[in-house]
Amino acid sequence: MSIEKLNVEISEAIVNLDKEKALELAKRAIASGLNLLDVVEHGFGEGIRKIGDLWDEGEVFLPELMLGGNIMQEAMELLLPHLKEHSESFNRGVVVIATIEGDIHSIGKTIVGTMLSANGYDVHDLGADVPAEKIVDEAINANANVIGVSALLTTTMTGQKKVVDILKERNIRSKFKVILGGAPVSRKWVEECGADGYADSAVDAVKLVKELSSSK
Amino acid sequence: MTILRPKIKVLDEEHKNSILNEAKQILETLGIFVENEQARELLRNQGVNNEGLSFFIPPDLVEKCLQSVPNEITLYDREGEEHMTLKDDNVHYDPGSAAILYLDENSGETREATANDFIRFSKIVGHLKYIEAQSTALVYQDVPKEAQDWHRLYIALSNCHKPVITGTFKKESFSIMRELLLSCRLSEDDLARKPLAIFDACPSPPLKWSDLTTQSLIDAAKSMIPSEFVSMPLAGASAPITLIGSITQHCAECLAGVTIAQLANPGAPLIWGGSPAILDMKYGTTPMGAIETMMINLGDVEMGKYLKLPTHAYMGLSDSKVPDAQSGFEGGMGALLAGLAGVNMVSGPGMLDFESTQSVEKLLIDNEIAGMVKRLLRGIEDRGTPFALDILKDYSETEELLSHPSTLNLFRKELFIAGPIIDRMSRDAWNNAGANSARKRAKIEAKKLESKPAIKPIDDNLVKELKLITTTHLK
Ligand code: B12
Repeated sequence: MSIEKLNVEISEAIVNLDKEKALELAKRAIASGLNLLDVVEHGFGEGIRKIGDLWDEGEVFLPELMLGGNIMQEAMELLLPHLKEHSESFNRGVVVIATIEGDIHSIGKTIVGTMLSANGYDVHDLGADVPAEKIVDEAINANANVIGVSALLTTTMTGQKKVVDILKERNIRSKFKVILGGAPVSRKWVEECGADGYADSAVDAVKLVKELSSSK
Repeated sequence: MTILRPKIKVLDEEHKNSILNEAKQILETLGIFVENEQARELLRNQGVNNEGLSFFIPPDLVEKCLQSVPNEITLYDREGEEHMTLKDDNVHYDPGSAAILYLDENSGETREATANDFIRFSKIVGHLKYIEAQSTALVYQDVPKEAQDWHRLYIALSNCHKPVITGTFKKESFSIMRELLLSCRLSEDDLARKPLAIFDACPSPPLKWSDLTTQSLIDAAKSMIPSEFVSMPLAGASAPITLIGSITQHCAECLAGVTIAQLANPGAPLIWGGSPAILDMKYGTTPMGAIETMMINLGDVEMGKYLKLPTHAYMGLSDSKVPDAQSGFEGGMGALLAGLAGVNMVSGPGMLDFESTQSVEKLLIDNEIAGMVKRLLRGIEDRGTPFALDILKDYSETEELLSHPSTLNLFRKELFIAGPIIDRMSRDAWNNAGANSARKRAKIEAKKLESKPAIKPIDDNLVKELKLITTTHLK
């Protein structure tokens, strides 16, 4: 099978949420010695993009989006060991994400994390109620490109700014893109914090991270 | 005499029984995650087994604790006068609480709230006939962050006499809030006997009681201040997608709350409540105006009634961003269903945008809705026979019944007197009055109410005392 044809089939399997087929095609691609980077980008990646578009159009819903993401992750686990030599160019980036200290609202943050992993980011989800210092430390340890901070309470939002302030204090602000989210977050607040952006849905969060990564 | 009280039911006896049994089984086998050390100690003292922070509460302990919860709660106003009782199928409304944003009806802009907005809001609530309780409805940004939860109670008590539905955002605030409440009473005992405020306590779905919320629950129990469970399973996200599964989870979370509160102080007043929601499968939001959200609420409340506890629900809200047609039909449906279900405390009026935005315009519209619902709940009344025969006899003489004694005597009882927000004018009259929409009429009415003298003016000494407590803690 030509790589073009295989990519079409892979993309269709993802859109159809056919996990068995998607994984089988991943194995076939490995066995046939095809250019796996091409398969990831134009097969699996294309499928996930299409699902995102279908979500936009109201054809696909969140549980399906999450399943698509999970299938993608499983396929990547199969492909990654064979992608070693290309892994640098494959890896889209590392994202450290958490809900800020004093705040236990975790659902939105978790959905955003899952969708980012599905889109090829290496996501470190630190959970909820995480102190700003710890978020920064973990970001440094994980060599992250992006720090995502969620806050759902007007009283805990200040923690989002604290993350940016700590980065500035330590003179490492430019090393990270900082993105914010949660019900009380607005464009104005992002500006006040000196953060790099915010999103109010998981799909927009992925778009945001992509934009920020390419603007680097 | 009311012939029948209009009612709605969504569960039968068999299912209520199996939901309750399964909820107990969940607590016994899956356990409840307890973050608070005081609560863990209370449970350990009863010999409850645990693995880490998960406590496996046996059904007999749950049963025992259920026995000591009072079946009704009477709330008293700021001045200590009896105001309302949460029991049986009594229905009361209060504004949806803790909005992050405020829809300023003068500019039409949705923005952060200020303390002045909340002062005005509280004064208006004081005048609304069908919104019997007030709530700490707005979180405003012009006080220090640390004070954002408790400061609202200061403004609420200073500007409105009605009992308050409130809550803490952090542990330390409870004692300050208690101090504010105490300033309205003679003693701790007096406050316990005449409760003025209800504290919301939100377990974290699924099956977790956070440190903060549990502390509030225990502190309130010890002071005999009523706590209201606001369990909020999100169907399909942090609870089963099935409505019955979410109702069962809600039941388990509340039973754990009952157990902790009753162990802290047997006889502590509690309200079986919640703010469940479905998850919108496109936007990932938590629609409060969804019909399934309302159905979960109805099931939760029926379980509370099954256990003979006072009940609460978050209903009458809308997810619309402005008071438009969607806001009207979602608000109206929710408030009506809550009334039919006999929810003792319905939190929601004024609230838009998934519990994010408070609007005075919607609040005034909801006040009318609540009035209509209350009329409906009085039902069709039997005022003695003959029902019509005699009156119709008289008609032949006068050829109208407007001046009939029965009309004069009974029209105020039979009819809900619509306020200025509901349009019943002729077209010409409506045109002459400015051809206004309900929203516009609400805006005009709000202006009038904000400057109307309070129904119950506050005592000067109390003003000073509340202020003193507040300035002391702001330092
Ligand atoms: C569910 C819920 C809870 C649950 C949370 C369960 C959990 N494990 O997360 C529980 C019951 C525990 C809870 C507790 C409390 N809550 Co609450 N809660 C909510 C509710 C109803 C929905 C939040 C939610 O999960 N939405 C669904 C998810 C998918 O949406 P989301 O979180 O907004 O996330 C999306 C976007 O924002 C964005 N996003 C989110 N994070 C990030 C991060 C990044 C980096 C990016 C790019 C994007 C992004 O993408 C997400 C996906 O679409 C909101 C109402 C509201 N308007 O938001 C109140 C709300 C946030 N809670 C509120 C309050 C007051 C509380 C309590 C203080 C109540 C109490 N007294 O106990 C406690 C908080 C305790 C604490 N210290 O944290 C208030 C906040 C008021 C204020 N002024 O700050 C709200 C607005 C409700 C209200 N009006 O009362 N709550």
